[in-house]
Amino acid sequence: MIEFLAMGGHAPYVWGSYGVALLAMVVEMVLLRQRRKAVNRRLARLARLNGEEGGATSPDV
Amino acid sequence: MAEQRVQWFKFASPPNFYDLAGRLAPWFGGLAAILFVVGLYIGFILAPPDYQQGNSYRIMFIHVPTAWMSMFLYVLMAVYAAIGLIWRVKTAEVMAKAIAPTGAMFAFLCLWSGALWGKPTWGTYWVWDARLTSQLILLFLYLGYMALHAAIEDRQRAANASAILALAGVVNVPIIYFSVVWWNTLHQGASITVTSAPTMETVMFVALLVMTFACWMYAIAVVLWRARLELLERERRAAWVLERTGEKA
Repeated sequence: MIEFLAMGGHAPYVWGSYGVALLAMVVEMVLLRQRRKAVNRRLARLARLNGEEGGATSPDV
Repeated sequence: MAEQRVQWFKFASPPNFYDLAGRLAPWFGGLAAILFVVGLYIGFILAPPDYQQGNSYRIMFIHVPTAWMSMFLYVLMAVYAAIGLIWRVKTAEVMAKAIAPTGAMFAFLCLWSGALWGKPTWGTYWVWDARLTSQLILLFLYLGYMALHAAIEDRQRAANASAILALAGVVNVPIIYFSVVWWNTLHQGASITVTSAPTMETVMFVALLVMTFACWMYAIAVVLWRARLELLERERRAAWVLERTGEKA
């Protein structure tokens, strides 16, 4: 196991490559999740506003 | 034939695209996770160390797929941008914009893993040779595209201007690809047919292929997810969005 992790002395290079790749993908997914929450909040606010106006929705599709 | 065409155009309408993307994205994401596990297993457990480079060559299984993805995605982004520019297809504009961050991420990962591979192999993290420089330009093209999109307030003008930038930048993709042939580069040429023991070659090639598919599936899942959010933001006042407001994006 130790031998495997050492990568024949190339551990920093090998794990540095894969570690940053994993990190980048995780960060991308976290950012998307945050954006989804922000969009949902915004849409919920819009829906509330529309509700107060008597359910009128703008016709532009 | 005509009916089929209608079917395809149907998916270009924002609500249909939104629903379809929402159904498909989790499958692509799940497939990506499985393929990454399989690819890493083949690449790290089954594939033996390289007779010359030892274990540092295993960086190839992330370096090469990310390099391919950064180029494929750029061309795909330019195609969507062109469709948006010429035919005013809203979902195509959204797709072009949604591809850019993921493409930039792959371009960065390619450069990063390349630098970490270069150090033990060439003795340097970076060298200004044609392959490395043109790949760095690709990253800047992605970033420029995103910056231009963000800098222009009007959505339509932002889409048009950045589409032209994306199209002009396509010229860089064949330059990257053929740079190792056209110029004398420190970077090696295409090595899919690298000559060593054939059994080794096969298992390495399979690992590379599986990792490439994994990156593709990941990219599709993430891009569809981002395109859905982009559509919701753009169309937030449209009836179809209001109909789906209660539902999670």
